[in-house]
Amino acid sequence: MFRAIERLGDRALYFIELWGQMGMFLLTTLASLLRPPYHLHPILKQIHFIGARSTLVILVAGVFTGMVVALQFYDTLVRFGSVAMLGSAVALALIRELGPVLSALVVIGRAGSAICAEIGIMRNDEQIDALECMAIDPYKYLIAPRILGGLIAVPALTMIFIVVGIFGGWFVGVVLFGVSEAAYFHGMYDTVVWHDVWMGVVKSFVFGLIIVWVATVRGFFLHLDRSGVFGAEGVSRTTTNAVVFSTIGVLVSDYLISAVML
Amino acid sequence: MSSRFILSGTCPGRLDSNVNQRTQPLETPDVASGREPVIEVRDLVSHYGERRILDGVYLQVRRGEILVIMGGSGSGKSTLLRHLLGLKRPSAGSIRLLGTELEAISKPQLYALRRRMGVAFQGGALFSSMSLWENVALPLRQHTRLDEKTIRIMTRMKLEMVNLGGFEDLRPAELSGGMLKRAGLARSLIMDPELLFFDEPSAGLDPVVSAELDALILRLREALSMTIVVVTHELESAFGIADRILVLDQGRVLVTGTVEEVRNTDNARVQDLLNRRPRNESLDADAYLRRLTGMRD
Repeated sequence: MFRAIERLGDRALYFIELWGQMGMFLLTTLASLLRPPYHLHPILKQIHFIGARSTLVILVAGVFTGMVVALQFYDTLVRFGSVAMLGSAVALALIRELGPVLSALVVIGRAGSAICAEIGIMRNDEQIDALECMAIDPYKYLIAPRILGGLIAVPALTMIFIVVGIFGGWFVGVVLFGVSEAAYFHGMYDTVVWHDVWMGVVKSFVFGLIIVWVATVRGFFLHLDRSGVFGAEGVSRTTTNAVVFSTIGVLVSDYLISAVML
Repeated sequence: MSSRFILSGTCPGRLDSNVNQRTQPLETPDVASGREPVIEVRDLVSHYGERRILDGVYLQVRRGEILVIMGGSGSGKSTLLRHLLGLKRPSAGSIRLLGTELEAISKPQLYALRRRMGVAFQGGALFSSMSLWENVALPLRQHTRLDEKTIRIMTRMKLEMVNLGGFEDLRPAELSGGMLKRAGLARSLIMDPELLFFDEPSAGLDPVVSAELDALILRLREALSMTIVVVTHELESAFGIADRILVLDQGRVLVTGTVEEVRNTDNARVQDLLNRRPRNESLDADAYLRRLTGMRD
């Protein structure tokens, strides 16, 4: 009985500590952004890594998501005789939900895990200590460009996802099932309002932040992990944790943002 | 025994009786030599979680000298180095580095201090995404406004110094362990530090490369009058380069002195270390049984 309470307390303390650590980490990173020097190149490099190198997979995922959404909506709408609504349904689903969430999940798998493993290995290999010893702030040098890169690249990828998704839906609806092209696009213009776009944008910014924040913080504090496991096993463990944690973070915050903004 | 021989180590009263009798005030040698201390550590205590790693460590390094911190695995020498670099906060005690107390220091002050020192890590700690010369040039790029050409020349000079000229465009993954170590040393020297820390210069190297590195350390001191702190467990290397040696064991300083003084000390544990004798741990039958079965006393 006492042991159970002790374990519960231990876990509660761990979570408080974890959140405190994550909060301080983010604040320190944001504060480091305000201090000179201001280098653009590291940020561009991260936008290239997180964004440009994810473009192909985002294009493929976007097209097929748009196609399957159009397929499902067509099948449903045709029962009610309202296939003219197909364009609106596909666009709204993609802009408000599927675009931001699925892009985020793709980025977690492709870039989030890589960022976490990279920072974790740097911690393991004393590279972060070396930065400290060279009087180079690791928050400014390593973390800030990645956070900014994520904040720019993830919304950009989301927009690409949505646009190609709409054309994927067009291919299924208009080309395969013969829905009128005018109805597909006009329905979209009529129903999609700026608020919907705004919701998608807000979500993609928040997801971009969550993905890179979780990936960097887990890798950065690899040495403080409760399991006390370092080396290859520590990196693999912490990367898995980061992927799970950021996936859950994305889905939970998706619900919260939808609930607030709808 | 020489009057300069100090058995500082642990603060008075915490030493085993063998060492305690000979503890002398720490200031004596500095008054004698007239050189200011670059590093001063007093009564340093350090923990990892509940575990006590360092227990009342005293240490002084004077300008222009090479101090070797020696000890076996788990003796606390790496932890001591982390404290000296300001990477870990002590549980108790104080550290004074280049005249500045580390305890109350702000981050910008600490960084200003670190620009005056260089650190060569055990495995080099180079960034795998950069070429060798970019790694070495990193501090210059971050802290100075020098143009590319000058940076390139300065980087080449340092790489030549550690016999790595011609390898500058290689990535760390293409280098051997010894080359990585030397490249790490080149990077630590790029800002011409007053104070150099070198973690395990000879670990994992063949004797020839190891001897080359030792010679390089001595040259650096001669040419640039650097103060150098080397952490190592290699006896030969320690005796080859040290002005003074500090022997750590289980978080305590057993002895500090010149090479001769350390060689001639009658501290049994130090002699065990020097003669590579295994630790003689005697457990009575009951204690052994308790340890095997995991029972507590």
